[in-house]
Amino acid sequence: MRRITMTVNGREITCEVEERLLLVQFLRETLKLTGTHVGCDTSQCGVCVVHVDGQSIKSCSMLAVQADGRSVTTIEGLMKDGEMHPMQAAFHDQHGLQCGFCTPGMVMSAIDLLQKNPDPTEQEIREWLEGNLCRCTGYHNIVKAVRQAATAISRQGEART
Amino acid sequence: MTELLVGKSMKRKEDQRLLTGRGRYVDDIRRPGESHAYFVRSPHAHAEIRSVKKDAALASPGVLGVFTGKDIQRDNWGSIPCGWVVTDRYGKPHKAVPHYALTPDKARYVGDHVAVVVAETYAQARDAAELIEIDYHELPPVIDLATAMSGAQIHDLAPQNLCYDWELGEQAEIDAVFARAHHVASLDLVNNRLAPSPMEPRAALAEYDPAQESYTLWSTSQNPHMLRWMLSENVSGIPETKLRVISPDVGGGFGMKIYCYPEETTCLWLSKQVGRPVRWTGDRSESFLADAHGRDHRTRVELALDDKGIFLGLKVDTVANMGAYLSNYATSIPTYFYATLLAGCYKTPVIHCDVKAVFTNTSPVDAYRGAGRPEAAYLIERIIDVAAMEMGVDPIELRRRNFIKPADFPYQTPVHLIYDIGDYDASLDEALRMIDYAGFPARKAESKSRGKLRGIGVACYIEACGVAPSQLIGKMGAGAGLWESAQVRFNVTGTAFVLTGTHGHGQGHETTFGQIVADMFGIPIEHVELVHGDTSQVPMGMGTYGSRSLAVGGSAIVRAAEKVIAKGHKIAAHMLEAAENDVEYARGWYSVPGTNRKVKLTDVAKKAYIPVDYPVGLEPGLDETAFYDPANFTYPAGAHIAEVEIDPETGTLKIVDWVAVDDFGKVINPMIVEGQIHGGLAQGIGQAILENVVYDSETGQLLSGSFMDYAMPRADDFPNFKVGYTETPCTHNPLGAKGAGEAGAIASPPALINAISNALGIRHIDMPATPQRIWRAARAAGAADAQKE
Ligand code: FES
Ligand code: FES
Repeated sequence: MRRITMTVNGREITCEVEERLLLVQFLRETLKLTGTHVGCDTSQCGVCVVHVDGQSIKSCSMLAVQADGRSVTTIEGLMKDGEMHPMQAAFHDQHGLQCGFCTPGMVMSAIDLLQKNPDPTEQEIREWLEGNLCRCTGYHNIVKAVRQAATAISRQGEART
Repeated sequence: MTELLVGKSMKRKEDQRLLTGRGRYVDDIRRPGESHAYFVRSPHAHAEIRSVKKDAALASPGVLGVFTGKDIQRDNWGSIPCGWVVTDRYGKPHKAVPHYALTPDKARYVGDHVAVVVAETYAQARDAAELIEIDYHELPPVIDLATAMSGAQIHDLAPQNLCYDWELGEQAEIDAVFARAHHVASLDLVNNRLAPSPMEPRAALAEYDPAQESYTLWSTSQNPHMLRWMLSENVSGIPETKLRVISPDVGGGFGMKIYCYPEETTCLWLSKQVGRPVRWTGDRSESFLADAHGRDHRTRVELALDDKGIFLGLKVDTVANMGAYLSNYATSIPTYFYATLLAGCYKTPVIHCDVKAVFTNTSPVDAYRGAGRPEAAYLIERIIDVAAMEMGVDPIELRRRNFIKPADFPYQTPVHLIYDIGDYDASLDEALRMIDYAGFPARKAESKSRGKLRGIGVACYIEACGVAPSQLIGKMGAGAGLWESAQVRFNVTGTAFVLTGTHGHGQGHETTFGQIVADMFGIPIEHVELVHGDTSQVPMGMGTYGSRSLAVGGSAIVRAAEKVIAKGHKIAAHMLEAAENDVEYARGWYSVPGTNRKVKLTDVAKKAYIPVDYPVGLEPGLDETAFYDPANFTYPAGAHIAEVEIDPETGTLKIVDWVAVDDFGKVINPMIVEGQIHGGLAQGIGQAILENVVYDSETGQLLSGSFMDYAMPRADDFPNFKVGYTETPCTHNPLGAKGAGEAGAIASPPALINAISNALGIRHIDMPATPQRIWRAARAAGAADAQKE
């Protein structure tokens, strides 16, 4: 067992964990943050994507102990003042989700794309989302949602400056 | 008055929780004291189980028990049933081979359930499973569909591994037609085996309450009532009153989550055995091994035509893979959901179909999005293109010549079904317009100038949805009626619960059904709450599959709402001091025409619960239930066109354009329907060019057992889809709706393979048309051309 401390969705947490515990299990089982899902055992599907220190990672391929001292954001931590993040809002507007199982990972991954490339083309969005599988939507509306969020976020940015 | 919601692209009610991480899927539910099950699966495709040594595992930390099939059998738990009896060509029922939750005697596929470990934690259960020693005596596996009938016998009950040999149509009749044909086109094709792969793996959580002697089972099920029924009547003997099945949020199903599976059955048994709630969540490897797969046919199809290209007869000979056991509806898929669709959109007067269903040492096969209908559409639309090529006729023209025309409806096909309505030319015209078919030769020439091969492919499909009229399917052997129930329960303050026996797992039922009820009652959609997926709350229902939820479930909701309005009519007349006949109802208001007297339905509801000044003899309350049994199937149809570009040097394929024009009858929420199309297209395109379940033909090991080996479609595999509609409303349900869930997966494989064949100038290429297969085909075609020149 190892003692670890990390910030999860803005809250500092200290816990004893088994060394072999995956970050995704830590989030789901220990912290009961069940918004982050598990969809495979080969790091292919991306339904487990969260942010660690602001970068998207597949939480099924990281140990909880590796997140010691770092800051983790999950889908549960995106709302601000009761408002959805523009990416969440865009998925709602564009019907970018059906069963919702891939959605938390999609949203977290797409947010990271816009951090790295604020104005991606459709093709760039499709390529970025290669590591996120969705069986329901055919990706069409997900791509539209990411485009909408890109526009919304850049407008927000303009409004601030 | 508020705006009508039906027909509008309302944003979904279910999104808020799913987008903020508050969805509640089975694996998100925690019960106090829960334990974890881990299944020990056979590493062999076919083997006798000689002994199972449990001692070391039992002594392992945290272990609460280790059990085998023999342990469950001691409690007299029965076989998981196959609920559809198919009668073979000799009048005998199919071979109903047993399917126990844990196999007691023999492992019949890699992944078969041999033992289960229950422990305090999942890791402990998994660790302990390693310590179980099983002595297997290996038997020769039967994998290849073509030779399955001569392989080692898998079930005592089924000689030659034959489940049934089934026939539809008259042999003599079809032979006569073929004898006088001007041209016969024939083709051997494979409908490849698929892993449905919803993103949420299957999961179960079972809990026994000794005080009530009752069980609760949370399951990732598309139809909790059917699951309860099977578990109660066939498997466990637990009365329905003591068994509650809950399907909470479910992360996609596509047919694969219709069935009663060994894992949830075992968890249910274990919950009493170990006296603790028992949880199992499959990992993806287990999904690939032990989820029901789809398709897997080998077929010879022959089409007889006269000299004008008129279809005279269609002959189909299929071997269908059942896998190692019969999943619940497996027998019906390659028969009544397949052969009955072989008329397609065409006036083929004589059809003959022969289906041999065989057992193999592979995972069970059952319905997957479309179920039988994609297999039918694929072979029809392929053989038409082959015939067109061989006869030198334009494939579009050949289709048009043989279409059932609007004036022909209702149209009795030679294969049982009666189509109520449709307009196939209209969909085809619209699709041709949308893709600019006339401009194709120019685009092809432009591609050629860059060394690329461009092709275009059309598929006109029809499907039978709105599953299903009970009497008709009863005659076909179904063990259940496929009506649907609904209960509409007004509350005192004017909000309404709608209870439905269908289950939403991505289809947006909360929104679509909400729109219908909000319009009928003139109340905001926020005041309508859909309840589904809990057998203790919802009246008996039949679940969600076969594009039935709106056409059948939605119709039941309309009927229940009409009953509410009718009862409210009596109360309103009393409140308005008018004769019932003088009161009219429209969208939430009862009024007396020609006066200003009116009363709101919501006030009538309140009166129903405070019946002080109230019609004499009328029951209080405003809460009505309806059961709706459809009069016929519904028949969505349409035309899809794919345009592709192939690089003959590498075999890589680019889908440059896709047009889908569908006739779903009346559409309640176009946004949701479009999403259904997109998803269906992705799965159909996946089948055509990417996905393939492959077992090693010698050992029976699953070679495509992870997302690294099974090519799931990804975002950059697709173009944007162009979706259009035509509309002929269904004639026999109150919504005029036909159902939209499966169309995309039915139309897209033939459209795409037609386009690829067209680009390469070849008769046929089997699915999945991977770059390697395309490259080989392009080389062969190129060599053939070179020889000609
Ligand atoms: S669970 Fe599939 S990538 Fe993490
Ligand atoms: S919405 Fe169901 S998997 Fe993406």
